[in-house]
Amino acid sequence: MDFVNAIILLLNYIFIPALTYGSQLALGAIFVTLIYGILRFANFATGDMMSFGTMATILFTWYFQSLGVSLGVLPTALLAIPFGIILMILYMLLIDKFVFKYYRHQKSPPVQFAMVSIGVMFVTQAVVRIIIGPSDRRFFDGEKFIIKAREFKEMTGLNEGLALKSTQVITIFVTIVLVSLLFWFLNRTKTGKSMKAYSDNEDLALLSGIDPKKIVLVTWIIAGILATIGGVLYGLDKSFKPFTYFNNMLPIFAAAIVGGIGNPFGAFLGGYVIAFSEILLTYAYKKFFMYILPESMEPNSLVQLLSTDYKFAVSFSILVIVLIYRPSGIFKGKVL
Amino acid sequence: MRKNLNVIAAYSIMMVLILMVGIFQSWNIALSIFNLCLISAVMTMGANIQWGYAGLINFGIMGYTALGGLAAVLISVDPVQEAWRAGGFDILMCLWLIIVMVLVIRFILKNFEKSKLRTYSIAALIITGIIIIRVTAEPGIEKIEAVNPATTGFLGGFGLPIIFSWIVGALFAGGLAFIVGKVALGLRADYLAIATLLISEIVIAIIKHEDWLTRGVKNVIGLKRPAPYEVDLQTTDWFISLVEKFNSGKLSVIDNLADRQAALNQLVIEGSSVFVKLCYSGLFLVVVIILLILTQKALYSPWGRMMRAIRDNEEAANAMGKNVVKQHLLIFILGSAIVGIAGAMLVTQDGLFTPGSYRPMRYTFLIWVMVIVGGSGNNFGAILGGFVVWFLWIEAAPISMFLINFFTSGIPETNTIKAHLIESVPYFRFLLMGLGLLFIMRYRPKGILPEKIEIK
Repeated sequence: MDFVNAIILLLNYIFIPALTYGSQLALGAIFVTLIYGILRFANFATGDMMSFGTMATILFTWYFQSLGVSLGVLPTALLAIPFGIILMILYMLLIDKFVFKYYRHQKSPPVQFAMVSIGVMFVTQAVVRIIIGPSDRRFFDGEKFIIKAREFKEMTGLNEGLALKSTQVITIFVTIVLVSLLFWFLNRTKTGKSMKAYSDNEDLALLSGIDPKKIVLVTWIIAGILATIGGVLYGLDKSFKPFTYFNNMLPIFAAAIVGGIGNPFGAFLGGYVIAFSEILLTYAYKKFFMYILPESMEPNSLVQLLSTDYKFAVSFSILVIVLIYRPSGIFKGKVL
Repeated sequence: MRKNLNVIAAYSIMMVLILMVGIFQSWNIALSIFNLCLISAVMTMGANIQWGYAGLINFGIMGYTALGGLAAVLISVDPVQEAWRAGGFDILMCLWLIIVMVLVIRFILKNFEKSKLRTYSIAALIITGIIIIRVTAEPGIEKIEAVNPATTGFLGGFGLPIIFSWIVGALFAGGLAFIVGKVALGLRADYLAIATLLISEIVIAIIKHEDWLTRGVKNVIGLKRPAPYEVDLQTTDWFISLVEKFNSGKLSVIDNLADRQAALNQLVIEGSSVFVKLCYSGLFLVVVIILLILTQKALYSPWGRMMRAIRDNEEAANAMGKNVVKQHLLIFILGSAIVGIAGAMLVTQDGLFTPGSYRPMRYTFLIWVMVIVGGSGNNFGAILGGFVVWFLWIEAAPISMFLINFFTSGIPETNTIKAHLIESVPYFRFLLMGLGLLFIMRYRPKGILPEKIEIK
C-alpha cells in the first residue's frame, strides 16, 4: 500500500505538473525552432508574441462571456482561440512586412535579425501592456477539477490524493493533437516538405522552384498557431501576466536549444526535458522516502537537491552543459 | 574641429535638453537624470568595447551589474560579528571545499587525456562536491540567517569606504566574465547572446536567494555614502551661508525676517539634495572621463587595430598569427569589468541593494538599445546613446502624456478610450524604445554617431 501511495505522490506532484508545463514549453520551443530553422534568426520576441496571442484570445473570451456564450464545463477560451490565432497571425505578418522582410532581402547576418527582434519585443510588450494592462488576469471558467484530491482518497482509500485539473488534461490533449498535426504536415504534405527543404538548404530549395514567399507565409501562420495556443494553455493553467510571458522566453529558448535548434521534434522533447528536470531537481522527496523506506531509515531533512527558488537556474544550467558538451543539442539540430 | 562638429552638436543638444528639464521641471530631477545617464554611459562603454571593438555579443549585462552591486554591499557594510561567530566557520569551510574542488578538476583536466571516463569522473566529482558543500553549509546558513533577521541575517561586508567597491565590482564582474568566456565564447553570435542571457539569470537567482550573503529579496539598505548626508548639510554653517549667498537676490526681496528665515530653510533643504547629487555627478564624471580616455587610447592603439581586424575577418587575423580566442576572452573580461564598475556606482548612488530589481529588460536590453542607437564602435556614440536613451526612458511618460492630450483634445475626459490611454502612459516608453531601435536599425544602422576610424 505504501508503495502505491508513493507512486500516487510522485504522479500528483511531479509527473502531471511536469507533463503540463513541458507541453506548454514544447509548443513555444517548436515556435522558436521553426522561426530559427526557416527564417534563420533567434526570435527574442517569442515570449511577447505569445502574450499578444493570449491577450487577443482573452479579449474574445470576454466578448463571448458578455454575450453569454459558453462551452459548459470547458473554458470559453477554447472557443476564442481561433479568433485569437487570426489576430496573432495578422500581427505577425504585419511585423514581417514592415520589419523582417527588409533584412531578409538584405541577407543580414543573424545577429542583426536578433537585434531587430529585440525592437519587436519592446514594441509588442508596449502594445500588450497598453491594451490589456500589466496586471495578473485569470480567464479560466468552467469546471476546475476532473478528479479532486479528496474524492480520490475516498474512492481508493489511499492516504495520498490525486488531483487532476481540467486545464492539465486540456493542455496535454491539445498539445498531442497539435503536435501530431504539425508533424503530419511537415512530413507528409508538399508544403511541409518544401519547408524542410528550405530549412536544410536555401539555395537548392530555391533552385528546385520552391516559392520563398509562400514558405515565409506558411511559417508565420504555423508560428501564430503555436504561439497563441501555447500562450493560452499556459494562461489557462496558471494566469496571464505580460511579465511572466516575457520571462518564459528563457526556458523556451533553453528547451529549443537542448533539443537541437532547427529540429521540431527535438524542441518538442526538449520542452519535457526542461520541465521534468526543473521539477525533479527541486522537489522535496521527504514524504516519498517516508513511504518506501522502513521507519528506522526515514530521512530527517527535506531531501531536496535544490531549493525551489532555483527552478529557472536548473534549466539554464542544463542548457549551459548541453552547449559545452553537445552544441548541436540532444537530437542533432544545426551545429552552432 | 569641423570633423567633430556632429559630436559637439549632438552633445550640446543633449546638455540643453537636460538643462531644460532643470529649468522647467526641477534641478533635482535634472541631476538625477544626469547621474543615471552617466552610469548608463559607463555600462554602454563596457558593452561597446565588446560589441563595437570585437563584435562579441553579451546579453549578460544584468549579471555583471548585479555583481558590481554585490561588491558595493560586501565592501561597505560593517561585518556582522554575531553572524560570523554563528556560521562563519561553516562558510569558510565551504569556500575552502570549492577551491579544493576546482583545483582537483584542474588537475584532472591537465594530467589526463580527454576521454569518456574523464568527463564522467569530473561530472561525478562536481555532483558529489555540490552535495557535500550543501550538507556542510546548511547548518551555518541557517544560523547566520537566524541572527536578527529583520536587520541583518547575513555575514555583512568589510566595512571599508564604498568607493573601493568600484574596483572590486570590476574584479568580480571580470572574474565571472572569465568563467563565462571560457564556457561560451566559442558559440555562434546569437547563441552567445542566449547563453550569456541565461547565465546572467543564474547569477541573479543566486544573488536573490542566498540570503546569508546578500540578504536576498529583503534588500540591503542604508549603505555608506561617499557624499555627505542631506541632514548633516542642513545644519552645517558654511552650507547655509553658501545657499544664502547663492540666493541673496531672491531673499533680499522678502522683508519680514521670519518669512526670510523660512524661505532660507526651504532653500537649504532643496539645495542640500541638489548638492549631494552634484557630488555624485562629479565622482561619476571622473570615472566616465578616465574610462573615455583609456578606451579612446585603446581604440587607436595597435591593440585596437588588431581587435578591429579580428572583428572584421577572424580567419585572416588568425592567419596573421593573432590569437583570436585569447583576445576575445580578454575583451570579454575588460568590457564586463567596466559594466561591473557601473553596477557598483549604481548601488553607491541609490544607497541600497535590491536584488529583485535586476531584470533583463532594464539592465540588458535597454543597454543594448543605447549601444545600437548611439553608435557601436564609437565611444562618443556609446556615451551619447546612454544619455539619449536614458533621457527618453525617463521623459517618455511626460512626452506621451502631452501627445495623448494634444491628439485627443477634442474628446471629453470621460471617454473610456482616452482614460485608458492616460492610465497606460507608463508603457509608452517601451513603444518609444522599440520604435526608436527599429528606425535606427533600418535607416541609420551604424547609430547616431557612426564608427569613424582615422588612420594617423
